[in-house]
Amino acid sequence: MTFRTPTGGTIDRNTLLHFTFNGRKLTGHPGDTLASALLANGVHEVGSSVKLGRPRGIVAAGSEDPTSLVQVEEPFPEPMLLATTVELFDGLVARGLAGQGRLAPEPDPARYDAKHEHCDVLVVGAGPAGLAAALTAARSGARVVLVDEQNQAGGALLGVDEYLDDRPSAAWVADVLAELRSTAGVLVLERTTAFGMYQDGFVLALQKRTDHLGFAAPAGVARQRVWRIRTRQIVLATGAHERPVVFAGNDRPGIMLASSARTFLHRYGVLPGSRAVVFTTNDSAYCAAIDLAESGVDVPMIVDARPEAPARLATECAARGIEVRAGHVVIGTEGAGRVTDAHVAPLDGVAGHCDTVVCDTVLVSGGWNPVVNLFSQARGKLRYDAELGAFVPGEELETVRVAGSATGELDLTACVRQGRNAGASAAISAGFTPRGQMPLPVSDSRCTSRSGLVLWRVPGDDDASFVDLQRDATVADVLRATGAGLRSLEHIKRYTTIGTAHDQGKTSGMIAAGIVAEALGVELADQRPTTFRPPYTAVSFAALAGRDRGELHDPVRVTAIHPWHVAHGALFEDVGQWKRPWYYPQAGEDLHTAVLRECKATRESVGMMDGSTLGKIDVQGRDAGKFLDMLYTNMMSTLKVGRIRYGVMCGVDGMVIDDGTVIRVGEERYLVTTTTGNAAKILDWMEEWLQTEWPHLDVHCTSVTEHWATIPLVGPKSRDVLAAVAPDLDVSNEAFEFMTWHDTHVAGVPARVCRISFSGELAYEINVTAWHGLAVWEALMAAGEQYGITPYGTETMHVLRAEKGYPIIGQETDATVTPQDLGMSWAVSKKKPDFIGKRSFARAENNRTDRKQLVGLLPVDPSVLLPEGSQIVETDRLPEPPVRMLGHVTSSYPSAALGRTFALALVRSGHERIGETLYVPVEDSLVPVTVTESVLYDKEGARRDG
Amino acid sequence: MQLIPCPWCGPREEAEFHYGGQAHVAYPEDPSALTDEEWAQYVFFRENPSGPFAERWSHSAGCRRWFNAVRDTRSHDLLAVYRAGEPMPEVLS
Ligand SMILES: [Zn+2]
Repeated sequence: MTFRTPTGGTIDRNTLLHFTFNGRKLTGHPGDTLASALLANGVHEVGSSVKLGRPRGIVAAGSEDPTSLVQVEEPFPEPMLLATTVELFDGLVARGLAGQGRLAPEPDPARYDAKHEHCDVLVVGAGPAGLAAALTAARSGARVVLVDEQNQAGGALLGVDEYLDDRPSAAWVADVLAELRSTAGVLVLERTTAFGMYQDGFVLALQKRTDHLGFAAPAGVARQRVWRIRTRQIVLATGAHERPVVFAGNDRPGIMLASSARTFLHRYGVLPGSRAVVFTTNDSAYCAAIDLAESGVDVPMIVDARPEAPARLATECAARGIEVRAGHVVIGTEGAGRVTDAHVAPLDGVAGHCDTVVCDTVLVSGGWNPVVNLFSQARGKLRYDAELGAFVPGEELETVRVAGSATGELDLTACVRQGRNAGASAAISAGFTPRGQMPLPVSDSRCTSRSGLVLWRVPGDDDASFVDLQRDATVADVLRATGAGLRSLEHIKRYTTIGTAHDQGKTSGMIAAGIVAEALGVELADQRPTTFRPPYTAVSFAALAGRDRGELHDPVRVTAIHPWHVAHGALFEDVGQWKRPWYYPQAGEDLHTAVLRECKATRESVGMMDGSTLGKIDVQGRDAGKFLDMLYTNMMSTLKVGRIRYGVMCGVDGMVIDDGTVIRVGEERYLVTTTTGNAAKILDWMEEWLQTEWPHLDVHCTSVTEHWATIPLVGPKSRDVLAAVAPDLDVSNEAFEFMTWHDTHVAGVPARVCRISFSGELAYEINVTAWHGLAVWEALMAAGEQYGITPYGTETMHVLRAEKGYPIIGQETDATVTPQDLGMSWAVSKKKPDFIGKRSFARAENNRTDRKQLVGLLPVDPSVLLPEGSQIVETDRLPEPPVRMLGHVTSSYPSAALGRTFALALVRSGHERIGETLYVPVEDSLVPVTVTESVLYDKEGARRDG
Repeated sequence: MQLIPCPWCGPREEAEFHYGGQAHVAYPEDPSALTDEEWAQYVFFRENPSGPFAERWSHSAGCRRWFNAVRDTRSHDLLAVYRAGEPMPEVLS
């Protein structure tokens, strides 16, 4: 049986669309939503409720619908969409949900993007008020953006069959729209929901650009677009949502909002059923009853909770054979699935008196809630309107105006006047002069009176009276919350979950507030409504991510030598935004075997790594030395040109924030290095002190990280390899001392070679301009071939430095570790009167003997590898909790040089515990470890000079 | 997203800025002359008013200049911005 009317609506009846729902093959037309097409096929049961498994139908015609959640399966799986907002297309496959959907396991092939837009006046909502506002602002010459969530303008006019100025209202809408579209500087966006309002006129809107095309969506066109709109003035013409009345059994499919049934009729040419009981507290549902009766629906009864029915409308109903029962309410329904009967009784509850009316549809109207979500997001205060039974905008904002039924106004001409005024004053505030006032249309609507009875619920079975149909939350749940002593609506919302589903309580929130006020015996005017938060309707993460996915998620930084690493099979590690070679596995090697090989080759012959990512900052100026003296714990101003010093930086609290080398390039010029991940932070740190504390210092800092390719050449054979490619350089230990640098040529290009070591081995750090990085790297590889030169990655670098007890800032440290804790008192100047952090070293806290200090740990079983991050305890058996933790393992590796595993750790009183046995809980056992000094390899430093 | 009027560049989106905490907390002239308590006041203690608050901002993704702003912590409204080194302007509270 079809419920499609023979004529009417804005659907294209000449085209048939095939779709599948819950496995059934059905048809609809272009212009349908999935919901209207289902109703046209007589399908009311969409899914089932999340907790109780009760059948759920379609309550509303738009985005306020609390129940019609579906999972789209084809063309691409997408969960938690509303049947009322999914536009129908050929081939759509969907099914109803039991509350929760399923994300696609494969990546979404569609493209999403974002666009920035700037305007003078943004109008949200293209109903009568919004159209009037937009046109008035546009005529003033302002740049206007008009967004609307529907696929066509008209707002509430789309759901009625009314005339404006003796013409169908659609003609009035078309005229306004045509003028808007032909006005320069006006942008009209359909299918675009303003979902978030932020400060300074910033509004986010989601445009669904190709969703409605389904399989026919063109490739290369963004499916959805987030508009980032910055506007001077805003007019909110967001309309009103009809709200239901809560009664026992109000959740059955077939029970629908009256105005939504009217929308299904007039916009889609769909009848909600064959026999409809109408239950209302106000006039507006009479129009639905009359329209449906004239379209062939049997409407046996209007149940009006008010003591007296409106005389004129009651007469019109009588003429159509519709009985009007004033002072009555629906107290219950029947039906295994869809509703089959409604029980009608007097509101004053005369015991025993109850009529049962057979029906397949119950249309409900409990009045209208202005859509104040965005106004509230803009921090506008709300006021309770007792006549309306709803919160309305309670104040004027400087840049945000509200017009139309969003203010609580329900008369159409008045709404247009408000829109016109709001558009004019917004234009004036934005610096424009309104011109050519649009005339106000006259409506032939029967139902404009706002006199209604505010009725939240009909007393009855509280457990069967649903407040939030999506959350299965009932009147009983609300009363349980108030009974438990909760008074704030925010608390009750969280306790009952009312308003936390996909619809964010669009139809349930106000009712919940009303029931709470009744239960607590307080005035709603004194209640603070729950805060409205973005997004107004659901926005997918894919849309928010836009183009920032995959490779475009974050910039990727690679060094000049990167192509060589890729060509030689390196695996990469992300360090900040850098891709760093992690290790270079050979056939059959895993991480451990590759790293043992790389370590062994480096310590026994020669290895080489790409250190280009090291942060490098060029510090210049007359006061550069003085400045660095304040930043580092050690003295830099006394460093001689040509020499290098290792330095530690602390915060004012005396905790280590970075370390690196400082080389003195000239009298007024230093080059400092930072750890890879800290380069930007340290430059910021320098700038902060220079600009805010010492602007009188003559110092300039510039990042030169990417200007240099940096290649540490490491191992006993490094001198021979360097000598082969740097013929100008005397590489002897006497001529080229440890912690000095020379400018020379390497592989024929200008190079700065530094003798520093992060492994304890004889080592050189070769710096050339990034342009020459790859060529020099290849020349070094060739020169080192006879020594079996081995490229190594960050993992081997970590092992080599850990064997020497060199900490890595951020791995051994966590902003609670001092230089003294690291055993680096030698790097803290005693001569300087002050430097950042110095005063904190004298604090009592910094001098406690039980601070956590860096030590080495050797597992008693030399084959046991401790997991990094493991806790350390004192006893070989765990006492009753709480267990005293002594510290944790910061680094842990197998070592080729030591022939065993080892670890570094921060341990309470660690320096005093050397030689002790401690225990590390690993899974279910306690692993015994011996505490040692942090330097485990070549303690004498014999290998440094080769 | 709020607009922050950089005194050098004009109004820019807040994502371009970096917050720097309370303004006008000078590095002590001679830290070694301070008691532990006085030093701790400098290192660890900051105001947290409900209302106008002078604080430091850095236009880190723009001109990279540090400047000061008076912000009402209740509304986030910026009541004044001024360059580092300039005195705090009189603002209405
Ligand atoms: Zn700036």
